[in-house]
Amino acid sequence: MNPALNSGLNSALNSGMAPVATPWFFYALAGLAVASGLAVITRRNAVHSALALIVTLLSVAGLYLMLYAPFVAGVQIIVYAGGIMVLFLFVIMLVNIERASKERRFNSIWPVGLAAACALMALFVSAFVKGRALFPDRMMTLPESSNTQQIATMLYGEVGPKGQYSIGQYTLAFEIASLLLLVAILGAVIMTKKKI
Amino acid sequence: MPDFVMSYLGSTVTPGEAGNQFWALMYVLIIFAGVSTAVICMNWIERKALAHFQVRLGPMRVGPHGLLQPFADALKLMLKEDIIPAEADQFVFWVAPLIGLLAAFTVYTVIPFGPSQAVSDMNIGILFMLGVSSLGVLGIVVAGWASNSHYPLIGALRSSAQMVSYEVAMGLAVVSAILMTSLNASGTGTLSMIGIVQAQQQQGVWFIFKFFPLGFIGFLIFAIAMIAETNRAPFDMAEAESELTAGYHTEYSGLRWSLFMLAEYAAMIAVSSIAVTLWLGGWMRPFPNLLNAPAWDFIFSLFPGLTFLGLTAITFVGVARMPAQSFFKIQRIGLAVFAALLGFIALLLLVIAVAGRSADGRLLARFSEGIDYVYWFVLKVAVFMYLFIWYRATWPRYRFDQLMRVGWKVLLPISLGVLVVTAIVGVLVS
Repeated sequence: MNPALNSGLNSALNSGMAPVATPWFFYALAGLAVASGLAVITRRNAVHSALALIVTLLSVAGLYLMLYAPFVAGVQIIVYAGGIMVLFLFVIMLVNIERASKERRFNSIWPVGLAAACALMALFVSAFVKGRALFPDRMMTLPESSNTQQIATMLYGEVGPKGQYSIGQYTLAFEIASLLLLVAILGAVIMTKKKI
Repeated sequence: MPDFVMSYLGSTVTPGEAGNQFWALMYVLIIFAGVSTAVICMNWIERKALAHFQVRLGPMRVGPHGLLQPFADALKLMLKEDIIPAEADQFVFWVAPLIGLLAAFTVYTVIPFGPSQAVSDMNIGILFMLGVSSLGVLGIVVAGWASNSHYPLIGALRSSAQMVSYEVAMGLAVVSAILMTSLNASGTGTLSMIGIVQAQQQQGVWFIFKFFPLGFIGFLIFAIAMIAETNRAPFDMAEAESELTAGYHTEYSGLRWSLFMLAEYAAMIAVSSIAVTLWLGGWMRPFPNLLNAPAWDFIFSLFPGLTFLGLTAITFVGVARMPAQSFFKIQRIGLAVFAALLGFIALLLLVIAVAGRSADGRLLARFSEGIDYVYWFVLKVAVFMYLFIWYRATWPRYRFDQLMRVGWKVLLPISLGVLVVTAIVGVLVS
């Protein structure tokens, strides 16, 4: 982002001015995301679900753009809509959909799904209610170059004068997320290589 | 309203950045029309060039030298019956070509035809381009599946495997070029398409020549990967006609088939523009820093007009060489009219170039500058488009396992190596 645009953005945020993208865009994108999200779980045909999921991911990328996070939006499109969904479709196409849709499921997973969805919903509601306290106002509207440093400090903690680390604000959450990734990587390796 | 429209004309930023919706819309329409025209021209040139490579004449009947052939083709495709197979998934079959077309054309919002000749200058420009152009594969995959037939399904599977593999090498090559932008005096890199060209201008070197041969190798990897990415020969496994009839679009016909073709050619132009922007200096004329006297500016600004003058001369030679029989009379007149049209455009461009440089009229000077930028950009892209035809005429198709081997075992390690070495050299130099 160039400095002029950045300062313009900051002044726009500080003066409480409405950004260029109007609420109309937000409602359109959010509505699209919810509608296609519902389509993902209601379609019986797996390919239709996958296509609906792509629409959801793209509209979420649009929401990221509205939050002035263009990089996250770009990564969302490349990684999820472009990369992962192609692999999804690749796998789905190899499944016989006609037969798969007629087969009865033996384990009923929908109570678990419902519980997970409720927990996530509760998380979102609490973040919405207590958002101001959890995320201090405009913590991220820094100049672009020091933004990354700020994120690194929050994730890894401050580096002291002798090189010692202190625990950052979000270090624990970050470590839990990386543990999850590690488990996924190990799982992928074990599943592809029968003998290690 | 006129004030809002006129106020942008003096500005030096893209309409997207200036927040001028009217000119943004105008640019979108101009680019859409321009790309569609370019695809029509490309269609004719490809058929003619391929024919001449194989010592044939190519289309000769519809119009002089087959000049009206693309229009006849377009008319035929529009009137042709559009069949949807009974066993196909109706909705997905219908939506598949649109996905490809949408992805191919959305990319054009960030392509910089000049420092202000782009719809918008996003600060994630190149990331956006790679992301959206990677959505194009979805159209192919979904088309192959929805056809509910064997050849399209195999074509779609091949295509998705191929595009996903070559995207990796392509992305790494792009990253090595982006690294070079951060090694200038100011020390900040950029992902913006306009910023990348400006970085090349600031450093006084096209990135293809930077840290020779590192930039050149990166460019070469991208040039190979982009052929695979657009499913063109010799990597056209997705539509290998000797094995798969027509690959993923076997079941498509009429207008819907032509949408696939339009998307393919639009994507070819788009990836060529990425290559031009990242490695070949985008809109810059040759030697903008070395030969920067106003006289040189003037000489280079005559190039667009002179190019069209050359085309006019070639066309008039064609008129003169027409057989002197009454049967060819109409064709002869038609070709002469076409030559006169080209000559008129040449004259117009020359007048604008001369008037723009001599007069102090700001608008005219700006307009003349804009023509220069667009000319050099389009010329560089046109070279790539010709290369696409040349490859198709020259090289035999790869086998699928060879294709995968080249992608994963040759291009990927080399591009990783180039990335690492570029970073090391960049730190050592600066």
